[in-house]
Amino acid sequence: MITATRNRRRKGRAKLSEIRNFTLNFGPQHPAAHGVLRLVLEMDGEVIVRADPHIGLLHRATEKLAESKHYVQSLPYMDRLDYVSMMCNEHAFVLATEKMLGLEVPIRAQYIRVMFDEITRILNHLLWIGAHALDVGAMTMFIYAFREREDLMDCYEAVSGARLHAAYYRPGGVYRDLPDKMPQFRGDSKWHSADEMKALNENREGSLLDFIEDFTNRFPGYVDEYETLLTDNRIWKQRLVDVGVMSAERALQMGLTGPMLRGSGVEWDLRKKQPYAVYDKLDFDIPVGTNGDSYDRYLVRIEEFRQSNRIIRQCINWLRNNPGPVMSADHKVTAPSRTEMKEEMEALIHHFKLVSEGFSMPEGEAYAAVEHPKGEFGIYFVSDGANKPYRMKIRAPGFAHLAAMDEMVRGHMLADVVTVIGTQDIVFGEVDR
Amino acid sequence: MSDYYQQLASLVEERFSTRITATHVEFGELTVELPREHLRSVCTALRDEASFHFEQLIDLCGVDYLDYGNGVWSGPRFAVVYHLLSVKNNHRIRLRTFVGDEMPRVDSVLGIWNSADWYEREAFDLFGIVFEGHPDLRRILTDYGFIGHPFRKDFPLSGNVEMRYDPEQGRVIYQPVSIEPRMLVPRVIRDDNRYQEPAPEGES
Repeated sequence: MITATRNRRRKGRAKLSEIRNFTLNFGPQHPAAHGVLRLVLEMDGEVIVRADPHIGLLHRATEKLAESKHYVQSLPYMDRLDYVSMMCNEHAFVLATEKMLGLEVPIRAQYIRVMFDEITRILNHLLWIGAHALDVGAMTMFIYAFREREDLMDCYEAVSGARLHAAYYRPGGVYRDLPDKMPQFRGDSKWHSADEMKALNENREGSLLDFIEDFTNRFPGYVDEYETLLTDNRIWKQRLVDVGVMSAERALQMGLTGPMLRGSGVEWDLRKKQPYAVYDKLDFDIPVGTNGDSYDRYLVRIEEFRQSNRIIRQCINWLRNNPGPVMSADHKVTAPSRTEMKEEMEALIHHFKLVSEGFSMPEGEAYAAVEHPKGEFGIYFVSDGANKPYRMKIRAPGFAHLAAMDEMVRGHMLADVVTVIGTQDIVFGEVDR
Repeated sequence: MSDYYQQLASLVEERFSTRITATHVEFGELTVELPREHLRSVCTALRDEASFHFEQLIDLCGVDYLDYGNGVWSGPRFAVVYHLLSVKNNHRIRLRTFVGDEMPRVDSVLGIWNSADWYEREAFDLFGIVFEGHPDLRRILTDYGFIGHPFRKDFPLSGNVEMRYDPEQGRVIYQPVSIEPRMLVPRVIRDDNRYQEPAPEGES
């Protein structure tokens, strides 16, 4: 870029009327490109005239792959779409399958799903705030955010065995109930003394729910920390206020959803407006911005931290007092337990059929959407009655957001492009699919 | 929920009577099928009229019906499916328009909803459906210089070409794929007694 500017200056000195626009290639390997975004920027000096995102570098044809696998086999692909909000993607997938099968999900499973959806929302927003602040110049935020992500990923691990790609939700419920014992750091460490180990394990003495509750007690304090660092920070405001402004009308036109839409002042949240799972039984508020700039979207997401925390606490209370099944007992769709399989012939047959062939979906089509941390994440199935989807379409919020990039950065400086990428919360797993 | 969409369906039928071919409500969702000649006028009305007010195009995708039901499909091969959402009235609708095999063409709705831009590019890229009136119909997800439309049913899952570095020529080359196509789980369509009406009592 420096050479380009220099050339322009040199040329400009020789002949002022020469073409002033030049093209700048941003990415695909750029730390602020959040993955593999290649932006072709047409610039007039340091001002963006046109931005043309080139995507598809992470295209894995998930939708085509799903057409060759039975439904449960495609479920782990969902984790790999938006790989920072794994369980929310799974939720959309299982909702679509359950809608078509007409399957009843046990209430406890729905609460567990909602709780993990909100844990996922916090996970996602933590990565977002860390990366966004890092792009804009506040390095500390990144370290803060990853400190909390560690705890939440331990929750993922405790419940599913995987820290990121959980594959925990299944059509008909969740894979298993919450563990009674939170896994602890073990034994004699070379790096930690016995006292230190004890301190590390302090909040892991009880069940997973105790651990999460302990987290929800601490978390509002952490959010306050982020806010002291950023909200009134002069540099942060200079970089975010009035950057990437979207009016409500334009945001709707461009198909923006989630915090991107709410930042522009549209009160729209699927959890409230078209409630799924048990969101209609929970008490929470929807934060809305006014100006539609990056700063408002930041404030919206910060408030979502607090609201998610609130939802998690309500779920913990409910889950403590209401034991029950977490998986539908319809064994044509859900696998029977291992103990049943060892005793009953029929259970063994069910398991064999489910693994080797999967379940068949009735003919038809359905679309199910969830309020994903980034916006509306939807799964559209077309089924011809087979055990595999005939067509699966993933409606990824990031795809629509990135399409609005051009409009959002026009007339801004090059450095603001980084802010806009950050505020859009782009993850390429879902954009490219 | 279903009742609401039944009402919406009759409202749509009343308003567009001759311009649409079918409406059905399934799983609490309303699907409207319409011929491509009327797509733009119906879409504009759906966006602007107060009783519909679909201000958002949530999704647009292509579907290839070539192998549908293991070859029982007799209609046109491709379809373009639009998912609309009204934030104001809090309802959704799905539009589907069928397009034929040779040179599938359909009018672009970019002028009605700007979010159609990338969705139409995607459907063009993956299915080869041409959106007339789209100002910049380029490939979007596949590689620069990609040949074919990968989501068509006659495009193999493993693709046609693979890429590798050739040490002799000192550059990256394309060559025909070396992996064998394989099918781990056979595709079966079963008449599942669970979904037949009326549902059998007790046994599942």
